[in-house]
Amino acid sequence: MTTKNKKELIVSAIENGTVIDHIPVNAVLKVIKILGIDAHQDEVLIGMNLESKKYGRKGIIKVRNKYFEKSDLNKIALAAPHATLIVIKDYEVAEKIAVQIPNTIEKIVKCINPNCITNNEEMDTKFSVIEKEPLKIQCHYCEKTMTNIRFTE
Amino acid sequence: MANLKGRNLISITDYTKQEYMQILELAAEFEANPRQELLKDKVIASIFFEPSTRTRLSFESAASLLGAKVIGFSNPAATSQSKGESLHDTIKMLSAYSDLIVMRHNKEGAARYAAEVSDVPLINAGDGANQHPTQCMLDLYSILKTQGKLDNLHITLVGDLKYGRTVHSLVQAMCNFNATFHLVSPVELKLPSSVKMHIKRAKLDYYQYTNIKDAVAVSDIIYMTRVQRERFSDPLEYEKVKDSCILDLATLEGCQESMRILHPLPRVNEITTDVDKTQNAYYFQQAKNGVYVRQALMAAILGIK
Ligand SMILES: [Zn+2]
Repeated sequence: MTTKNKKELIVSAIENGTVIDHIPVNAVLKVIKILGIDAHQDEVLIGMNLESKKYGRKGIIKVRNKYFEKSDLNKIALAAPHATLIVIKDYEVAEKIAVQIPNTIEKIVKCINPNCITNNEEMDTKFSVIEKEPLKIQCHYCEKTMTNIRFTE
Repeated sequence: MANLKGRNLISITDYTKQEYMQILELAAEFEANPRQELLKDKVIASIFFEPSTRTRLSFESAASLLGAKVIGFSNPAATSQSKGESLHDTIKMLSAYSDLIVMRHNKEGAARYAAEVSDVPLINAGDGANQHPTQCMLDLYSILKTQGKLDNLHITLVGDLKYGRTVHSLVQAMCNFNATFHLVSPVELKLPSSVKMHIKRAKLDYYQYTNIKDAVAVSDIIYMTRVQRERFSDPLEYEKVKDSCILDLATLEGCQESMRILHPLPRVNEITTDVDKTQNAYYFQQAKNGVYVRQALMAAILGIK
């Protein structure tokens, strides 16, 4: 099988749904969690350590019969900043979307400040993105800025 | 004029320059005539999850002068939080009983969260190491009162500039007024770069010193803070630098006549007591100004002024 055919197979193996490509291998499970794919009832195919010209090794997720909201997709930009979303309809690529880091981040990230109210009360977190490259975010509550992102469990 | 009715005050950046000015003008009215029973039918909840007698008394005194009823607690052990009630539930309950909440909390961000939960406006009286905006407003009021203006002043900040919350807020606020900053601290306690960013963004100048003597002559305001031994990893280092940030009578020599010394209090030994009787000492009056500023805030937020 040629490389081209192999690639096509990876992308188009589902009739309808979404393919999330170019995920760093160590972020695949995170992406699944962020998008709630673990609760999806239909078929989900996960590929790890696939060859990628750009990134060496990559992960890929294919979710059958599922389309995502753009705001949901941007959440994964924190874990997989170079991910591409491919919308599949009738085995054809209907749309390709590059994820973008959102201006605000809710719930999925944890504040690094142990004395922050968000780490001491049952509540959702909220951050504003100050810089996108390299990523720098500020806690809406304690106002601390941080560059390393920790996801909520 | 901006309408502050129903607004929260959580962080010094919540208000515009015009809104600060409005509060400061109102504070001057209350200073001239402090006893005005404008809030006679109002209930103010004063809730202190960590003790801070000085701040609490200032707020409660301001509320009493305005004729308001004050409810709340000052002893964290007496609160239902110590029995495991969430901040959310405590605030929900209190906002049902009051027209305005004044809150001090030991966790950073608690004030912003409480304001989101509350049905009535909330004034942050300090949330951990984060913000203490009314202290900043009383500092601004003291500067305005002693210098007759806020614009184009030389502001000297002395001591622990790294951890000093009041210093960070004051720098941020004074960036609105074309200040020149003189930063005096031991090397280990320099102003963090995140705070210097505000100065750079406002395109203003700052100068750094390790000895207070070098900054006295140029200053319009000297804002003193305490250098704590615990902040030093090496106790020998503390011994070496501890006197470089102390203001005594000899150090004051050559200062401008109009220069005033501020301090958020309590003082330990960073200002020697012989300075107290000079015309430059203003720190005790400064604390008193807190009452007028807090009166102004409460009246404006409750829409009475
Ligand atoms: Zn936080």
